[in-house]
Amino acid sequence: MSMFDGLRFRNVSSPIHKIDPRAKFIYVCVLFAVAVLFNQIIPLLTVFLIQIPIIVAAKVRREWLRLIRGSIFFATFIFIMNIISLYFYGGQQPLTLIIEYSSAMTLRFIVLIESFSIFFLTTSPDMLGLSLEQMGVPYEFCFAFTTAIRFIPVLAEEAQTIIDAQRARGLELEGGNFMKRIRNYVPILIPLIVNAIRRSLEMAEAMESRAWGASRKRTNIYVLKMNMRDYIFILISIVMLAFSIYVWLYIKIPSITQILQSLKG
Amino acid sequence: MINVEDVYFTYPNGVEALKGVSLKIEDGEFVAIMGQNGAGKTTLVKHFNGLLKPTRGRVLVDGVDTRHVSVASLSRKVGFVFQNPDHQLFSETVEDEVSFALKNFGFPEKTISERVEWALNLLDLTEYRKTSPFMLSGGERKRVALASVLAWDPKILVLDEPTIGQDSYQKERLRQFIIQMNRQGKTVVIVTHDIEFVAECEPRVILMASGRVIADGEAKQILTDIELINKSSLILPEITQVFMRLNDFGFPRNVISVYEAKRLILERIPGGI
Amino acid sequence: MAIIEAKNLTYTYPLTEAPAFRNVNLNIGAGEFVLLTGPSGCGKTTLCRCFNGLIPHFYGGKLEGEITVAGLNPSEHPIYEMAQHVGMVFQNPENQLFALTVEKDVAFGLENLGFPRDEIRRRVDWALKVTGIYDLKDRAPFELSGGQQQRVAIASVLAMQPEIIVLDEPTSFLDPLSAKNILDIIHQLNKDLGLTVILIEHRLDLAAKYANRVIAMKDGCIILNDEPRKVFLDERIRLMSVGIPKVVRLYLLLREDGVDMGRVPLSPEETSNLIREVLNLDKC
Repeated sequence: MSMFDGLRFRNVSSPIHKIDPRAKFIYVCVLFAVAVLFNQIIPLLTVFLIQIPIIVAAKVRREWLRLIRGSIFFATFIFIMNIISLYFYGGQQPLTLIIEYSSAMTLRFIVLIESFSIFFLTTSPDMLGLSLEQMGVPYEFCFAFTTAIRFIPVLAEEAQTIIDAQRARGLELEGGNFMKRIRNYVPILIPLIVNAIRRSLEMAEAMESRAWGASRKRTNIYVLKMNMRDYIFILISIVMLAFSIYVWLYIKIPSITQILQSLKG
Repeated sequence: MINVEDVYFTYPNGVEALKGVSLKIEDGEFVAIMGQNGAGKTTLVKHFNGLLKPTRGRVLVDGVDTRHVSVASLSRKVGFVFQNPDHQLFSETVEDEVSFALKNFGFPEKTISERVEWALNLLDLTEYRKTSPFMLSGGERKRVALASVLAWDPKILVLDEPTIGQDSYQKERLRQFIIQMNRQGKTVVIVTHDIEFVAECEPRVILMASGRVIADGEAKQILTDIELINKSSLILPEITQVFMRLNDFGFPRNVISVYEAKRLILERIPGGI
Repeated sequence: MAIIEAKNLTYTYPLTEAPAFRNVNLNIGAGEFVLLTGPSGCGKTTLCRCFNGLIPHFYGGKLEGEITVAGLNPSEHPIYEMAQHVGMVFQNPENQLFALTVEKDVAFGLENLGFPRDEIRRRVDWALKVTGIYDLKDRAPFELSGGQQQRVAIASVLAMQPEIIVLDEPTSFLDPLSAKNILDIIHQLNKDLGLTVILIEHRLDLAAKYANRVIAMKDGCIILNDEPRKVFLDERIRLMSVGIPKVVRLYLLLREDGVDMGRVPLSPEETSNLIREVLNLDKC
């Protein structure tokens, strides 16, 4: 169970899961835009907090937390880099402002990850492939995409079998210096790659035998239809975007430093 | 000797694959572990060389608890041939492939070349010595995998589904080969659901279903027991099916060999031959 | 009129010198159940790939001689066109299932062909019912057992309603019970739907009783091509490392000792009936 669980589809039933992938995608784009638009900490914090009820509604709290925890490394890196660059190259800024700004940048990063996470956690690969198809992406790409996802667990299992088989021939995967460890992975990687190629050839044969490429106009038995809920979700996203643009254009957002100063004084 | 003491095993995903398995395999035995796909056969044998360690209970190989030693050291004694040779072939030549394990186990150079020679010879692969394993046919690759395990001369051989995809000639060769290994004193354990192959070899049969051992005994007894066969989703051997139908006429049920079938029928020819 | 006809067919894979099979002559009538067998490497798998156009379109190489399948020359028609007449089921169930639900997998071929949605739905439901997996419609194919997966593969081929179905060792990875079930289904397709079946199999004990013809190949040549009983009686089959059913072996052993069972049995039921007759056991 790793950080990447935060980006893998979690099969539960929730209102967010039921929303059309395209609507969710628009939502993610809006989040993106808003996160990039602002560099003050207050609006970014607001955006971050707004996602929480959505995450709870989607019943994906645990996975999302795991992802956040996993991204702490990068978040810290961004934080420190910002502080350093502002301190040395940002002109003579007061320290509190520097910290505030760096926090804002870190928060922006987290909000971006957060939005991707919600999308992938609540959208199944076939729904995703289907929406890509309906948006006009050529079928070959959609198929490659869903097939790749379908085969991830298969390849993972095969990798484990290969590791077992080579360990049973005395291969030691732990210990030894760096170069030796890299070399020890050759007996794992080669069978994995060779088998993946063999598998794809077998699949290609089967696909051809099932009339692959017969018609430019391919039918699909499943159709994604947007319903009221999806449109409302899109509407909310657009309103959010409009509101954010308004704020960005007309309202001067104080930094926390300034707020604290005005309270003091 | 392999000693399995009340072993339970649960996979990380929560599936309990072994539910209290106990058995003993003496040196020099020939055992077939049978059962439906998912019964726990492969899970069980993976405990013999330490690839899997019991969640509860223990497995002793020659008195050593498998939880206390590495897979590499157990593998010296227990040679495991996986079902799909393509899960282990990676070398540039057959020779390299066969010597891989020997190098891992730290054999000296001279011994390595002797052993490789011997293994290639045993499995009729000498002509392919410098060939890339990927250029060989399916059956030949299976032999290379087998050779690469035999090379280090383990005293216990475990073969996982060795008959899948083999034609009858290859199966017959395999059968002869197992007999030969057995005669040399090796313990041979095969995991299989190939009824006819087991009927030909007549090993000791350990039958598994849903993570438990439901029968352990002579092939003849187990393969002809309708209840056991049904419980493990197998089918009766061909010859047994014939004699099941002749049971009402005084023939025994538990016939699996063609030769015994012939003898029984000849005995009953009216007026003799 | 033959549904598959081949004259002097020879094929060599690209970059290879020796042909995979040579001078193959075939005449298979509609509705036949042909069992194609032979040792590994004899060319049977390669021969089947010629029926739906995988050879020469997918594999390249050199194909010589004539071949007509369902009235068409596979070399002159794209594979997707041949696929509507010849369905192919492969050995490994895992690598021929693509979709995330059984229903979508069975619909795959029809989707590719651009059939209208209702027609697809109708055919998919029909194919699922014929293969007995209608209740697995919404399951993910890779969660199913090997036997169930092969049924999905068969259903997805059936949905395109071909005249011929070719199965390349479909029971290789299956346990004996699933193997028997799959072969029963194939027999049903042949008997009830009139599909021409070409089955490559090593497990002759399970399949021989359904076939009306056995073709045995070795080293790229057809050695035997006749009714199962005649093929099993022919001396040459025993030299070919083909695993003849044990009941046939029993027949031959008894014959050596002067006991004639009357007919070469192809199933345990038949064997026991014949033995009862020979031993006069039905005197009640």
